[in-house]
Amino acid sequence: MSVTPHDATARPGTVLILGATSPIARVLALAFARRGHALVLAGRDPVELDRTAADVRARTRHAAVVTGRFDATVEASHAALLADLGGELEGVVVATGALGDVARARSDARYAAELTTANYAGLVRVLSALAERLEQQRRGFIIGLGSVAGDRGRQSNYVYGAAKGALALFLQGLRNRLAPSGVRVLTVKLGFVDTAMTYGMPLPLPALSPEEAGRRVLRALDRGRDVAYVPGWWRWVMLLIRAIPERLFKRLKL
Amino acid sequence: MRSRRTTLSGWGAWPRAESDVYRPERLRDLDAVLRTDGTLLARGLGRSYGDAALNGAGATVLLERLDRVIAFDDETGTLTAEAGMSLADVLRTFAPRGWFPPVVPGTRHVTLGGALACDIHGKNHHRHGSIGRHVVRFTLLLASGERIVCSRTENPDAFRATLGGMGLTGIIVDVTLRLAPLPGRRVLVDYQRTRDLEEALAQFAADDDAYEYSVAWIDCIARGAALGRSVLMRGNWDTSPPPDAPAHPAGTAPPMRALPPAAERDLTRSPLLGVPPFAPGFLLRPSLLRLFNEVYYRQARTAARVPTAIGAFFFPLDAIADWNRLYGRAGFTQYQLVLPHPHGEDGVRRVLHEIARAGSASFLAVLKRFGPGEPGQLLSFPRAGYTLAVDFPLRDSGVLPLLDRLDAICIEHGGRVYLAKDARLPATTLPAMYPELDEWRAIREQLDPAGRFTSDQARRLRLA
Repeated sequence: MSVTPHDATARPGTVLILGATSPIARVLALAFARRGHALVLAGRDPVELDRTAADVRARTRHAAVVTGRFDATVEASHAALLADLGGELEGVVVATGALGDVARARSDARYAAELTTANYAGLVRVLSALAERLEQQRRGFIIGLGSVAGDRGRQSNYVYGAAKGALALFLQGLRNRLAPSGVRVLTVKLGFVDTAMTYGMPLPLPALSPEEAGRRVLRALDRGRDVAYVPGWWRWVMLLIRAIPERLFKRLKL
Repeated sequence: MRSRRTTLSGWGAWPRAESDVYRPERLRDLDAVLRTDGTLLARGLGRSYGDAALNGAGATVLLERLDRVIAFDDETGTLTAEAGMSLADVLRTFAPRGWFPPVVPGTRHVTLGGALACDIHGKNHHRHGSIGRHVVRFTLLLASGERIVCSRTENPDAFRATLGGMGLTGIIVDVTLRLAPLPGRRVLVDYQRTRDLEEALAQFAADDDAYEYSVAWIDCIARGAALGRSVLMRGNWDTSPPPDAPAHPAGTAPPMRALPPAAERDLTRSPLLGVPPFAPGFLLRPSLLRLFNEVYYRQARTAARVPTAIGAFFFPLDAIADWNRLYGRAGFTQYQLVLPHPHGEDGVRRVLHEIARAGSASFLAVLKRFGPGEPGQLLSFPRAGYTLAVDFPLRDSGVLPLLDRLDAICIEHGGRVYLAKDARLPATTLPAMYPELDEWRAIREQLDPAGRFTSDQARRLRLA
């Protein structure tokens, strides 16, 4: 079914951002605050959250911004965050995630499991609760910041990639479930973005600035997109990579 | 924390140095950088010209991602922000709310931290001094890992040694600065073309204080009777309300929005033009530069109260992205000196004569009358007198010997060279130019006894 673009001007509710101190999340936080939404910025580092919240307040002439603790790997933090979330919920941005140490993820099983919790398993519970709530409201959005790494498993980062792929699949299911109640789900598949995650790594393709990435995510939301590659040309790169037969792919070093 | 091995240069593209470059995004990342081995240097947006922001023997820390506003008071215009916030961002964010940086240099692409470390000045120095005068306090991260708050009353020695201290006392983490009320949406500029240097100096001496902003383009190529011919560009804010402003009854507060949409667009516009990585060298052939100066001088007219947009008046060169590439691979250097009163005028004459005789200057040369400097700021550049800034393309092998001759004239007249522009000053000249150097060294020794913070410039000049 077709989805109408998100209309944020009608009744500006609260936008919850999980992992709010990342550079892309900061861009989105400021943009939603400028649109008149109250914000809940959630994450692990209270010092960084306070700084980011103060920044949004000062740049927007005192938008309503509060902070909350959220750690995907700590279940107790989820309930507290959800309990504190009063009023109309406009939408949720999931900007958590960690590439981690890819070499260690291959050899250290416990670490691989932790990464999976941080990037996917730890989000299931909170996303399910939030989806329930949005469904009851019969409006709102969920933006999940995923990765092109989730499009095909590769030897170099498959623990991270598998979690991001699972997140995309979960969001796809949610989208299907929530469509009848008018709740929108946007899966963003990020290519290389010039943040600490990629800084200092040799990249085969150019990286997008976080400002530009944030702008494109917002544009995808406004245009009512379901899945958006950011930047868009990664769609074609991944189409190519997905098209390689497994028989051949398994011998490649990508 | 991951670093990137990168070859960096200043705005002049000379010299270059390879360094391990860190780019923290969170406050605690800075502590992680501090825990690494080797020497360190904080770097903003790399708009100093020479080797002031290079650290070839160690690591460089880019502060650009730490750019959050911590607090802003709309009543007083007091801004507290992380040191990586740029003046472009300050302008974009606060000019529409009626506040303007108290001091702006010739480009808006500088960070607050860099502005303090170089104690930058602008076209209003004769009235409002350098940026240090408007700084309330800042937080300095020391080599020990300790963060200290510095102001005129708290850690005053660290305060005055850091303003103009070229990043060698520690890392400036956040800055509290008083912005100035923005009285208008544009500047009304008076243009005066002068026949020669004497006329320009006479004009400056006569009525410079009538202008909030004052600067002159000076022809450093013309010789003989035309030596030092200039175009003075001096202006004041246009305080008349914009034509589309809604009328508000007398006695009530003026509208919140201080800038009309057109003026705001002017502030946020991207560069109109760009320069490709390797520009053709013929653009800088002396004959072409001579022609450019001739045309520029002749087209300038004496005109009064010409309305000029903020961007066009303060940052004309920001309209051309990467204009420094015009100088090709060899790059360029800018030589800026100040020659204090009362011998300043005589000094400017001698310097100009020497430059014109060598014939190696470029089109960009600026003359300005400074007001008094900031007492106690030991390495700050401005002093009451005349300052001259001239670009020199480095393809010309005569440039470096010429600059040595200019150093001698500078010292003879009690002047000094601006470290933010410098790439080649010999260490021996420094004590004469900066007589408070030893006092600065003593304070720096206390703040950073092991010499953790250093730069290529600091090593070359044996600053510490």
